[in-house]
Amino acid sequence: MNPQQRVAAAIERIPYARFLGIRAELKGDELTLVMPFSQHLVGNPLLPALHGGVVGALLEVTALTQLAIASKSERFPKTVDIGIDYLRSGKPVDTFARAKVVKIGRRIANVQAEAWQGERTQPIATLHGHFMTPETEEQAG
Amino acid sequence: MSDEPKTYASPGDDPLQRVRAMIQFTPQAQALRMEVTKIEPARVWGLVPYREELIGDPETGVIAGGVITTFLDTLCGTAAVAAMEHPTTVATIDLRIDYMRPATPKRDVLAEAHCYKLGRSVAFVRAVAYDETPDNPIAHVAAAFMVNSSSGRKFGANLRGKK
Repeated sequence: MNPQQRVAAAIERIPYARFLGIRAELKGDELTLVMPFSQHLVGNPLLPALHGGVVGALLEVTALTQLAIASKSERFPKTVDIGIDYLRSGKPVDTFARAKVVKIGRRIANVQAEAWQGERTQPIATLHGHFMTPETEEQAG
Repeated sequence: MSDEPKTYASPGDDPLQRVRAMIQFTPQAQALRMEVTKIEPARVWGLVPYREELIGDPETGVIAGGVITTFLDTLCGTAAVAAMEHPTTVATIDLRIDYMRPATPKRDVLAEAHCYKLGRSVAFVRAVAYDETPDNPIAHVAAAFMVNSSSGRKFGANLRGKK
């Protein structure tokens, strides 16, 4: 396994990622996370719709993992802040997410992520976040 | 409204009972074992018990950020409902979360949420998560919710066709 594959495999060992049922698919250095639909992910049982929190959680895990891959670190960075925009209600089907590392600074990295279901061009939610870059964490101890 | 089943949005109940029912109707809130502990007009307090299943960093045992996102999203939504004279449904428009420090391992995550402005279409809510006192926060959230988000949408709308 190369470092990228190790990071992708590491997600599935995180208890909370298992709680959500998240799976990683890695193509080269591009990562797609898959969150198969499950009843316990529902936030609105009447529509029914996925809980916004789990969609946000999926986006955050995607951003953290893509950043770990981009910075060639096997440790997950720490989140400073995230902003999540909800665009459509999440249907009771599988959800996918991908992230783009916009900039890795000396101390802070900027990452964007998007979640979709049936169609890639119809995102259900987007995230932008700031994360501590792994080197900073090591220096900070 | 008369042909709709009785749900958490049915008015006239005790506010704490009503938001507790709202949490019971939310499978993900149940999966997190989230509780609402106290309610005042436009303000709610709640907790998520610490559990190994929710760990985000196996090395330190710190609970995952996603748990806090989901907890605060839910609590903010209930604060918006707690601000209403006639409770209705809400849907999150956006959430912004600032993480001040990692949650302390093995401690329950507590939080309080305040709906500081309830408009006709949008509710604005702030919340803070902590494990001891609110003046040593784990995270802070600012959220906006669409009010009466289910209007014009039928039960099971997401099970049918497109859009």
